[in-house]
Amino acid sequence: MLAVCGLESLDQLYDHLPEDTLLKRGLAIPPGLSEYEITDYFNARGRESGPGLPSFLGAGVYRHYRPVLCDVVVSRGEFLTSYTPYQAEIAQGTLTTIFEFQSMVCQLTGMEVANASMYDGSTAVPEAAMMALRITGRDRFLVARSVHPEYREVLDTNARNSRLHVETFGYDASTGALDLTDLEAKVDDKTACVIVQSPNFFGVIENLKTAAEIAHKYGALLVMVFTEAVSLGLLEPPREADIVVGEMQSFAISPSYGGPFAGIIATKEKYIRQIPGRLVGETKDADGNRAFCLTLSTREQHIRREKATSNICTNQALIALMATVFMSVYGKEGLRELALQNVAKARYLSEGLALPFSGRFFNEFVVKTGAKTPTEINQSLLERGVVGGYDLGKAYPEMEGCLLLCATEMAKRGEMDMVKEALR
Amino acid sequence: MANAIGKVRGHQVQNEALLFEMSSPGKKAYQLPELDVPAVTAEEALGAENVRAEISGFPEVSEVEVIRHFTRLSTWNYGIDLGLFPLGSCTMKYNPRINEAVARIEGLAWAHPYQPESLSQGAMEVIALLEQYLGEIFGMEAVTLQPAAGAHGEFTGIMLIREYLASQGNARRKVLVPDSAHGTNPATAIIAGYDVVNVKSNAAGMVDVASLASVLDEEVAALMVTNPNTVGVFEQDIAKICAMMHEKGAQVYMDGANMNALVGIARPGDFGIDVMHSNLHKTFSTPHGGGGPGAGAVGVRSHLEPFLPGPRLKKTAEGAWTWDYDRPQSIGRVKAFYGNFGVLVRALAYIMAHGGPGLKTATIDALLNANYIRALIEPYYQIAYEAKSMHECVFSDVKQARNGVKTGDIAKRLIDYGFHPYTTSFPLIVPGALMIEPTETEPKQELDAFCEAMIAIAKEAEATPEVVQHAPVMTRTPRVDEVTAARKPVVRWKPAE
Repeated sequence: MLAVCGLESLDQLYDHLPEDTLLKRGLAIPPGLSEYEITDYFNARGRESGPGLPSFLGAGVYRHYRPVLCDVVVSRGEFLTSYTPYQAEIAQGTLTTIFEFQSMVCQLTGMEVANASMYDGSTAVPEAAMMALRITGRDRFLVARSVHPEYREVLDTNARNSRLHVETFGYDASTGALDLTDLEAKVDDKTACVIVQSPNFFGVIENLKTAAEIAHKYGALLVMVFTEAVSLGLLEPPREADIVVGEMQSFAISPSYGGPFAGIIATKEKYIRQIPGRLVGETKDADGNRAFCLTLSTREQHIRREKATSNICTNQALIALMATVFMSVYGKEGLRELALQNVAKARYLSEGLALPFSGRFFNEFVVKTGAKTPTEINQSLLERGVVGGYDLGKAYPEMEGCLLLCATEMAKRGEMDMVKEALR
Repeated sequence: MANAIGKVRGHQVQNEALLFEMSSPGKKAYQLPELDVPAVTAEEALGAENVRAEISGFPEVSEVEVIRHFTRLSTWNYGIDLGLFPLGSCTMKYNPRINEAVARIEGLAWAHPYQPESLSQGAMEVIALLEQYLGEIFGMEAVTLQPAAGAHGEFTGIMLIREYLASQGNARRKVLVPDSAHGTNPATAIIAGYDVVNVKSNAAGMVDVASLASVLDEEVAALMVTNPNTVGVFEQDIAKICAMMHEKGAQVYMDGANMNALVGIARPGDFGIDVMHSNLHKTFSTPHGGGGPGAGAVGVRSHLEPFLPGPRLKKTAEGAWTWDYDRPQSIGRVKAFYGNFGVLVRALAYIMAHGGPGLKTATIDALLNANYIRALIEPYYQIAYEAKSMHECVFSDVKQARNGVKTGDIAKRLIDYGFHPYTTSFPLIVPGALMIEPTETEPKQELDAFCEAMIAIAKEAEATPEVVQHAPVMTRTPRVDEVTAARKPVVRWKPAE
């Protein structure tokens, strides 16, 4: 091969690089390891990360059973090792599954257009905000404090550098739901959108109709965020919202210490040209058969460069595929039954505990820990081999002494009894 | 038309309906356990007003239908596992399966981001070690693994520059972007609140130092440079360019999309780059998966470290890992939790398998493969620039265009020969670009077969251009009508009326 290239040594492949740019030593990285040694290393790291413990953590990342088919499908090399489907003729597999994903996201959310996925739920929030800015021409965002604290931080980061204005409004101290009086007081004709989460970070189901009425009265959009996709199996879809963003992690995506997950963004048909990221559309091939391709790419960075709707390029296709398989496995009846099991488990766990909020909840809720601190409760549970809840005092100083507990279909009665006992 | 061409022969393909179309009431593919707690009704537990009617149109299919559906669809895809995938700037190298196996180890795959740090030491060690190795590869003092993808890393990088300059008293107004840059670069600069100023390339395809000097003033915050650049050429003046920027108090951002050409032979931190990103799904072999997930590691020199997104890993007095949230100068969080951890596990496994010496060998093999392709097909296609190629080679379709055959046609004809196309029509500075990146993982036989196909197509473009213009003809799906798709967008399934 060197001879074909007209070279005598491999070094000649890069000897044209300026002398002062070359690395004159070897990389300080140990020599290569065998497959066995690598497996050994990661198995050891896995053992240090509490495998197999029952857990009552939710707070944006949920433990749901992963049907075996999900991994079987995403492990197929044709999906795993393919690229973004720009060459439609040899990417109909990916394109068709994304079209199905977009359709199912619309069915779940009551929206008319969904894109091919976002990085995750948190990064979808600023994208929704930027979309609202383009639609309304306004640069003020009102975000509920009951939206996931880390999602709000991501929005703040984006806003700070784009000189946009983010303000928060509160929650009702007795119900845990939106403080609509505070919302009404803060929203005005400069507000681009009102951002709310349902079920919110405390697990409480929000009344989106009223929030939408208030936002729309001032010409602002309503952006609805969800972190627990399984709730959509049972809860009224957020039809009143103008933009829905959320996290699909609950659909067969393992917690994986926080990623990779898949976000979604969905909206009304009239805003289709403002949606960021990739979209798959239906068309025909030269034989007149149904086919799919990436479409409306004139919104995107590789065509519009500095005039693009977003700088997004990569999406989460493989993770979205996992969620698509999950939705096909559970289907219409299964998703409802799964959601209802979650409700039943969380109900059982909550009974007899001190709940500060009266609002209805899906599969997680806030509990007051009473005489013992949340740290003490979690520590005593951990000693018995159970991972407790999320300490709310970290992100909400006024909620010191409160834990956020989550029970999915994977919670077993005996484990829940241990938690109840620790809290009594 | 012969029924065999290149690597390809017709094979069994199936028609396949959408899931919604094969559904019928009552079919299911799941089994939930019996409830071990009292059952509840949705209306009573959630309030009737909060409970939805059935999800109209949602699939109802059996387990065997699910597996057949997705397996059949998978056979309509081309992937690296099927052959050479020479997309320029995309670095479609083999995705080792050991990476997939270790990412699924229970303790790692099921680690919750909010579980106690005492239970997360293994996951934190993985992140810390990958930060260390990438810092060594980039020549950078600190690395954040929080960004989810390349463009997200770019955004993080430009915001770091903005915060740093603001801390010096002036965030400035402009970002310089060469006309050969990826589209994400200008889009990122705008989203980070900067004006974009384009910089012309010179006759060698490199950043033109004189043009750069003419637009460089005290309002310039940064230059976004790709090196090797998008024509696959190493920027010969890179050290000088960085010095010019620094002299004006500006920073240099490097798009590390082409880092596969440099690992082990040159380090951006050493030639003057202040901040860079690297797509772990390119250079570090994590699978593209039809478009994602990725991970966008960002490396910085020490002066930018205080501004990195939080939290950051640090050691406690007892020697355990802990997340440090006390980062007063940080740009803030760019993503929930700590990054695409599952992707990070795969990238670390890749680095471990190669080791320091193996990474350098991989780079040299990537350069060799690209130069081998260039040497074999240069007699038939017009090379865009005479400068030496690094890990990819870029041609123009000018010879073929004389017969009405464009880069897009040649790309589609390559499919008939059994290969995924190269990158077409990019970079924009090359008329009718063919951008070819084979990566190091391709055997010589596959490269030879690819070059034979390219040469056969060049000959077809002379003798029977219409054959090339109407390709592909060997695929299950012939050319797809993208124009109609955009004119009347149908982006979700609706039941027949």
